[in-house]
Amino acid sequence: MISPFSSANTHDWLVSSRSLFLTIHIVGILCFAYIAAKRLALLVRAERDLRFDHPLTRAGRVVKFWLGQWKHPRYKFAGTLHILIFAGFILLVARTFSVLIGGVNQNSVMPGLPGRVPHFYDIVTDYAATVVFLCMVIAVVRRLVFKPARYAVPPKYGKGRTADAIFLLGLIAILMLADSLFAASHSSQGRPIETLAVLSLPWVLQVALGSASLATLAAVSFTAYLAHELAFYFLLCYRPFGIQFHVETSLFSIYFSKLDRERLKPVRWGVSDERLDQVKSFGVKKFEDFTWKHMLDFYSCADCGRCADHCPANAAGRPLAPRFLTIKARDYAFRHYPVFGKANNNRPLIGDIYSENEIWSCTTCGACEEECPLLVEYIDKIVDLRRGMIDDGQVPQSLQKPLKAIESRGNPYGKMQKKRAEWTKSPEFQRTCDIRILDGKSDADTLYFVDSITSYDDRMQSIGRSTARILSHIGEDFGILGAAEKDSGHEVRRFGEEMLFMALRDHNTDAVKASRTRQIVTADPHAYNALKHDYKDVPPVEHISQVIAREVKSGNIRFNPVEDEDKVFTYHDPCYLGRHNHIYDDPRTVLDAIPGLKRVEMKRSRDRSFCCGGGGLMLFYEPQEEQRMSVLRVRMAAEAGATVIVTACPFCMANIEDAIKVAGMEGKMSVLDLTELVDQHIVRESVAEIEETATCGG
Amino acid sequence: MNILVCVRRVPDTSENEIQLNAEGNDIEREELVYSVNEPDNYAVEEALQIRDRVGGTVTVVTVGGEEDEEVLRRELAMGANQAVLISDDAFMGSDGRGIATILKEFVLKGHYDLILTGVQADDGAAQVGGMLAAMLDYPFASLVNSISVEDGRLQVSREIEGGNREINEIELPCVLSIQTGINEPRYVGMRGIRQVASVPIPTLGAGDVGVNPVTVGQKAARVKRVDYFVPTRSEGAELLCGSRKENAEKVLELVAAKGGLK
Repeated sequence: MISPFSSANTHDWLVSSRSLFLTIHIVGILCFAYIAAKRLALLVRAERDLRFDHPLTRAGRVVKFWLGQWKHPRYKFAGTLHILIFAGFILLVARTFSVLIGGVNQNSVMPGLPGRVPHFYDIVTDYAATVVFLCMVIAVVRRLVFKPARYAVPPKYGKGRTADAIFLLGLIAILMLADSLFAASHSSQGRPIETLAVLSLPWVLQVALGSASLATLAAVSFTAYLAHELAFYFLLCYRPFGIQFHVETSLFSIYFSKLDRERLKPVRWGVSDERLDQVKSFGVKKFEDFTWKHMLDFYSCADCGRCADHCPANAAGRPLAPRFLTIKARDYAFRHYPVFGKANNNRPLIGDIYSENEIWSCTTCGACEEECPLLVEYIDKIVDLRRGMIDDGQVPQSLQKPLKAIESRGNPYGKMQKKRAEWTKSPEFQRTCDIRILDGKSDADTLYFVDSITSYDDRMQSIGRSTARILSHIGEDFGILGAAEKDSGHEVRRFGEEMLFMALRDHNTDAVKASRTRQIVTADPHAYNALKHDYKDVPPVEHISQVIAREVKSGNIRFNPVEDEDKVFTYHDPCYLGRHNHIYDDPRTVLDAIPGLKRVEMKRSRDRSFCCGGGGLMLFYEPQEEQRMSVLRVRMAAEAGATVIVTACPFCMANIEDAIKVAGMEGKMSVLDLTELVDQHIVRESVAEIEETATCGG
Repeated sequence: MNILVCVRRVPDTSENEIQLNAEGNDIEREELVYSVNEPDNYAVEEALQIRDRVGGTVTVVTVGGEEDEEVLRRELAMGANQAVLISDDAFMGSDGRGIATILKEFVLKGHYDLILTGVQADDGAAQVGGMLAAMLDYPFASLVNSISVEDGRLQVSREIEGGNREINEIELPCVLSIQTGINEPRYVGMRGIRQVASVPIPTLGAGDVGVNPVTVGQKAARVKRVDYFVPTRSEGAELLCGSRKENAEKVLELVAAKGGLK
């Protein structure tokens, strides 16, 4: 390789300034080491987090999400820009180090690149520097002129960060410019021009330098080199104070990212359920209660705003934006654990940087986590903060009642436990649908886990009956637990009441075991998620949409055509079916199997589905908000041209049904559960079945 | 400040379907879910907040049976320093005056600067607080919805008709009956209750408290329940059965007709 520092190009300034460059190196590296050590020290004081397992899987995620920038194209323009900058950085790493080392050791040669490779590498990096430089210009223009809405900082969350962002972008541009100018001026001093990539920034600069004297070139060269070195170290030491720290931390953030996102973090890593009683304090109350990985998340957030852009709570004007959950925590960490001076943290986070309403506002829909290019975790943090609030008794009155009712009655409505199977009692329904209560006297293969809302809510009971009729139609040998079933505890857990959840889980687990069933079906995605991921030792569980899709494919379920061909259907993905369990296609397959059914997609669908407002206890919470999430959702359906929203979750149904009334769209928009739609259109062959639809359909 | 809060365990109205029993002299108590009387819970919260501001202790007391320990436990989990159960067969069937008599003797055994009760029990008649104050010859303020502590006395307020507030000064020691809404009672989770599961709750009988059994209980009661019934639906109620819009219009029309809209 022709090093830029090879003997032919060695100049006086390089020799005479060697000690200067060496000093900059040493000071720069020491500064960075000190700052990094300070930042790391906080992580050591954090709670445990077991993230050292599955190294290969983790390495694979680094390849996909870090090197492969997997999430970035979700935002086409910003994503492309980032991919270009990232690729440029990766390509330039070796060149930068080579240049930096060259300042103190003129004999340095890029290691491990024999033959023509170095020349090829030079050309590639000339272009890389050019692309990064241009991207910086575009990024600055974008920030200053186009001002994408998601970068704005509402006054309640503090000051805007545009100046800081532009400062950092500018520094990178200077770094690229200095690098290119150094290459250009150097090249002019001896190397043939064709060593520079045509039309690259170094090439352009070399042309501009034209016939400058050797002395001028040497001066330019020196200045460029010094600027490059200073910019490099300044950036290195400045980034840990702001939004660009992710350049250093992202690799680790992604390597240690959560592998099983569907599972909630335990109260304390490494503490079994039985030993939880000995844990003095639950959840996150002060900053050091966060785990080290969660703190690393705070460091790594690039403040890109994609999470808040997709957060339904933020869209509805609730006092929550995931982005600021992180940014506030990072500011807190920097303020209370400063690089210079002593740590001074002793205040509870709630009431300081977070408000109670902010933390209760989250529906745990997962939209933020789905977007985040750095795989920052939000749900676990929200749940941990709620665990802390529950532990301190800071729970809004609107939630205390249902929680207490779940404790005493097994359902949030305070209804009698013995009436849990009342929805099955109508004679018309019972005459034709073989539904058994598995109270030890009768057996079945399959357990239909109904859960609270479908058991007790007059409207949702229809989902229960439709589900039972579908199971009956396909010849499933099934039953329900009846009074032995209690709330699945899905939201109880996500609202931070871990002990109550554990009591419910243990009760239901025993009841399921006693039923001696071999599989579980449910029509409630929240129950599905709880049974599948929060429970242990229960039989495999399926959502009813999976069952129906399978039966449709095998031909066991056939459909009559839709009666009203003017209706336009759209499918609303429930968060706990879609994003949290990746069941996107089964419900759509079912819809598309109904002859004559016209289906449109909403803009926000599948993994970008927009939460209806949340299920379980969220139905009781009285949020501060400008409008309901569900109203926003119903408008999205109307925008897509739909007249019927089909969903597959009783909570979505409850929220959307309310929203249609609130938005004054009765008559123009309606909502149906997938099971109800299937129940209405299923081709029934037996006389009994036909009678049944005649008497208790819909 | 040492504060005593008198609490009571009642059927939780939000979680029960209250029905008359076959004899028609009481409600059907089987399968009822009980909890601490709601205003009493606000009183405990207020006591805890005062204690946390000015120091002292909070004691919670109830007159009842073994099953009432559950509510005392809940209040301990909220943060009360101690709880006492006053229980004796001789107390069965006491009227309000009987309960007040028992509590009076208990109060005289201790040193309390402030005694709080809920404004009334869900199944009670708002008698005990006032009677207790009279028997102790303490000043009494009812329907209290805010308390501020001053040297040797309190400033308390109550809401009066029309949403106005009245501020009163009251000397300590005194008895106050606490209105709901005075604060936001903290949540007590399963974990909190488990943590106080082994805290002993002393049970005091008539002899321990120093109550003459003849003065309390069913025989001494001078107010006796003679009937219990659900009122029948009568004329005068109008049910609107139209659509939401129609109902809204009808309501407007009715209110306007009665002079409610100006």
